[in-house]
Amino acid sequence: MADDAFTAQNPSMQTEVAPAPEALNQRGMTITPIDDFGVPETKVRKFNINFGPQHPAAHGVLRLVLELDGEVVERVDPHIGLLHRGTEKLMEARTYLQSIPYFDRLDYVAPMNQEHAFVLAIEQMLGIVPTERGQIIRVMFCEIGRILSHILNVTTQAMDVGALTPPLWGFEEREKLMVFYERATGARLHANYFRPGGVHQDLTPALIEDIGAWCDSFMPVMKDIDGLVTGNRIFKQRNVDIGVVSKEEAYARGFSGVMVRGSGVAWDLRKSQPYDGYETYDFDIPVGNNGDCYDRYLVRMEEMRQSVRIMKQCVERLRVTPGPVLTEDGKVAPPRRADMKRSMESLIHHFKLYTEGFHVPAGEVYTCVEAPKGEFGVYLVADGTNKPYRCHIRAPGFAHLQAMDWMNRGHLLADVAAILGSIDIVFGEVDR
Amino acid sequence: MTLVVANDELKAMGEAIIADAMGSAVGFRVEYGELSIVAQPNRIVELLTILRDNAAYRFIQLTMISGADYPDRARRFDVVYQLLSFAKNRRLRVKLQTDEDTPVPSVVSVHPAADWYEREAFDMYGIFFEGHPDLRRILTDYGFHGHPLRKDFPMTGYVEVRWDEALKRVVYEPVKLPQEFRAFDFLSPWEGARAALPGQGYEYVLPGDEKAFDKAEQAMSARAAASLTEPQTSMSAVTLTSVDQKSGTDPAPSHAPPPPAKKG
Repeated sequence: MADDAFTAQNPSMQTEVAPAPEALNQRGMTITPIDDFGVPETKVRKFNINFGPQHPAAHGVLRLVLELDGEVVERVDPHIGLLHRGTEKLMEARTYLQSIPYFDRLDYVAPMNQEHAFVLAIEQMLGIVPTERGQIIRVMFCEIGRILSHILNVTTQAMDVGALTPPLWGFEEREKLMVFYERATGARLHANYFRPGGVHQDLTPALIEDIGAWCDSFMPVMKDIDGLVTGNRIFKQRNVDIGVVSKEEAYARGFSGVMVRGSGVAWDLRKSQPYDGYETYDFDIPVGNNGDCYDRYLVRMEEMRQSVRIMKQCVERLRVTPGPVLTEDGKVAPPRRADMKRSMESLIHHFKLYTEGFHVPAGEVYTCVEAPKGEFGVYLVADGTNKPYRCHIRAPGFAHLQAMDWMNRGHLLADVAAILGSIDIVFGEVDR
Repeated sequence: MTLVVANDELKAMGEAIIADAMGSAVGFRVEYGELSIVAQPNRIVELLTILRDNAAYRFIQLTMISGADYPDRARRFDVVYQLLSFAKNRRLRVKLQTDEDTPVPSVVSVHPAADWYEREAFDMYGIFFEGHPDLRRILTDYGFHGHPLRKDFPMTGYVEVRWDEALKRVVYEPVKLPQEFRAFDFLSPWEGARAALPGQGYEYVLPGDEKAFDKAEQAMSARAAASLTEPQTSMSAVTLTSVDQKSGTDPAPSHAPPPPAKKG
């Protein structure tokens, strides 16, 4: 909110005048004359402090300029953009295939969920349908991404309010999941795995079995973290009734994902606007009651269990669903290596795809997926060439972070870290 | 495809919105299974309020605002509002056109979520939003000049930074490219020649095709004279973005389905 609007709400700030020298005591406080009741009134100067950009609880490179009245937060001005890399501009100078890796670098704790939105946009414009096995693999890795993100958020939120053990336990599981990423794609984080029409490579049977085995082994770990954090007295003291968001505010402020579900709205794009066959999976959507930080934590914990449920179904399906993982359309997907040794046409397709890329017909689409942090959308404008004309990335964290000012007013300074932890910010996607 | 809605339903919704908008929406378009409304730029607040409050739509969430730059147009910028209705489970895109000098009314009063998105559009494109409470730059560096997502802003930018060991601070210098920046357009001349057919619009003429070009031009002018009212919907893919819409409002809303995908 603007400065002038803010001062209008706080008349005390407008009337603040430079105190006379004799009215200043040694600690810099202004002693105003005794009021009608004979009690001397001490007026304390407001503090402006920087929270970040190197603060460990700022979750990256966030600079919050806090205006404090004692310990009460009166205004929060997030300064973002310290990680701005101009992703959208860079994509305008690259082909569609070359743009996919940029999506890994947005929300880097759940890379494939971002790629998903982009390839869905391309598929919608090209009118191609991914293969069935490709869809199952995509769903499975999106759920792995959801668990990756939620483990990070839940455990670091506990760390923000004072706990140290949860991240150590949680990150061990993240490490195992990133090994699955590596075995499937060759990269622990920046996968570049999804393609228009499916995914780049098939999974080995051993990998599928290992993921299935991990699903079972993860449940006891969830129970451990649950026992460590959920009932913890300090964790509850720091999170219950902090940062309460009502349904109406959640709608109006552009919230999505856990931020609306924590406020009691049963809204999940995987159910309401399903993509890649999510409607055929059996899973539940957890919904909070109070809209506070603690409910959002509980929703994330339950979503992880539901993600494991989906992953188990994916493993079952992958065992019985053979077939290509990438569309056979040679104009969009590269040919198999073996074909290139014999077929001239395959060789031409390969050459054209990796130099020129494919052309996407003119027009514009908006596609979105339920990323771990909320609705991740891609507004893609194509002009018929091989490069995006304009690609606007709708990051959920951007909408959530702009509500920081509204959510924090009246809270104590220590609550800023708890609220920031519970809205789940990753600066790769906020700054783009 | 994330949300499949029949084109007929979208068309009906578009017509209903035009009727309910009381002149603040001037056209609509159904493309790739999505509905976009063309708004009267100075009445966008009114339109979004109607879309939010009318019980038939209930587009209560503003998902995002995006700018887009079409330098060849008279009003070069698009401002794109993406809306979501939880109650009806529908999405809607609202577009309007503006230029560097004409401010767009801010919609923060209707959707508080618009705040940072408008700041972003201002930062990236230099689009002004009238009545915005705090129109500052948001993503670029402190003291940054220019609007980076404009098409005339080079991808490499103008300055680069480095840490200067002698001065003990970060210094800004003009950007130096050790190798020339290479940008290939990959537009095949053979595909371009296909666009020089009568009624398709044309970019240029291959040597030796001048006679065919003259014939095509005659045919096109004859067609244009014959049907003045017919909106030109099937431009070639290359020229589609450079259609000059001087009025800023789509005078003839196209009800036609999207042009078929051209593959090279």
